[in-house]
Amino acid sequence: MDWQTWGLAAVGGLMIGAAAAALLALTGKTAGISGILDGVVRGEKFEFTWKLAFVLGLTAGGIGLVFVLPENMAGQGLRSLPVMALAGLLVGFGTRMGGGCTSGHGVCGIGRLNVRSIVGTITFIAVGAITVVFARMIGGA
Amino acid sequence: MAKPLIGFLCGLLFAFGLGLAQMTEPTRVIGFLDFFGDWDPTLMFVMGGAIAFYLPVWYLLRGRKAVVGGDIIPKKLVSNLDKRLFIGAGIFGVGWGIAGVCPGPGIVLLARAQVDFILFVACMIAGILLHSLLMNPKASKQVAAATA
Repeated sequence: MDWQTWGLAAVGGLMIGAAAAALLALTGKTAGISGILDGVVRGEKFEFTWKLAFVLGLTAGGIGLVFVLPENMAGQGLRSLPVMALAGLLVGFGTRMGGGCTSGHGVCGIGRLNVRSIVGTITFIAVGAITVVFARMIGGA
Repeated sequence: MAKPLIGFLCGLLFAFGLGLAQMTEPTRVIGFLDFFGDWDPTLMFVMGGAIAFYLPVWYLLRGRKAVVGGDIIPKKLVSNLDKRLFIGAGIFGVGWGIAGVCPGPGIVLLARAQVDFILFVACMIAGILLHSLLMNPKASKQVAAATA
């Protein structure tokens, strides 16, 4: 049992929910990270500036975390570099094709009782679980 | 200038939430997906906490005007289930299950300045651009015009 980790996880989750809810209430926008990153890298008209600012906020938060909570930023990449590259490609392509990632579907979509997001989230968690089983069979961590 | 400032601060809070919840630790994410092994429920608490905050706020404000910019806070969206959803979420699930990193933590982990996470995010951006090239002819024309 790891109650401290889970309690902090719930508090972290509330912070994520608060950030997404504040963005929704103040601007009407959805805090879906893959969609936000998509708007930035494609230089989306009208939406570019706030999306870039959000990504910079995430990055600044990461830099802050390295100093404030270094033990939570100590994780290593679990796979070899070519496999990490492949995983990144799949995550980028898949989240855009499916219209959202863990934040867009998993938090904001489910948080709006959107059936599409509930089904999407169940799908990527189920496929993720199967992938973990296969990765172990092949000999990964 | 209000919208970018709001975006920045929300991104900052989002990142701190991810960090406090240890979603920046790929083994935690892989542990959650490992239903058939030594299951780690941490991610469930994170998602549960986030939805617990977001859902009532959305429910109370849906259909109203946002504070800045005049956008309407979306009501229930059209929730059609199509092939793109299942195939896209499936492809994402494979990548997520391999690396234990999704887009939010990926960007936050750039702060570690480590080659594996930088490579992951660079390839994630490549995947996003590849998708817009293959799936959206209008966007691909824009890219073609920009690179010509």
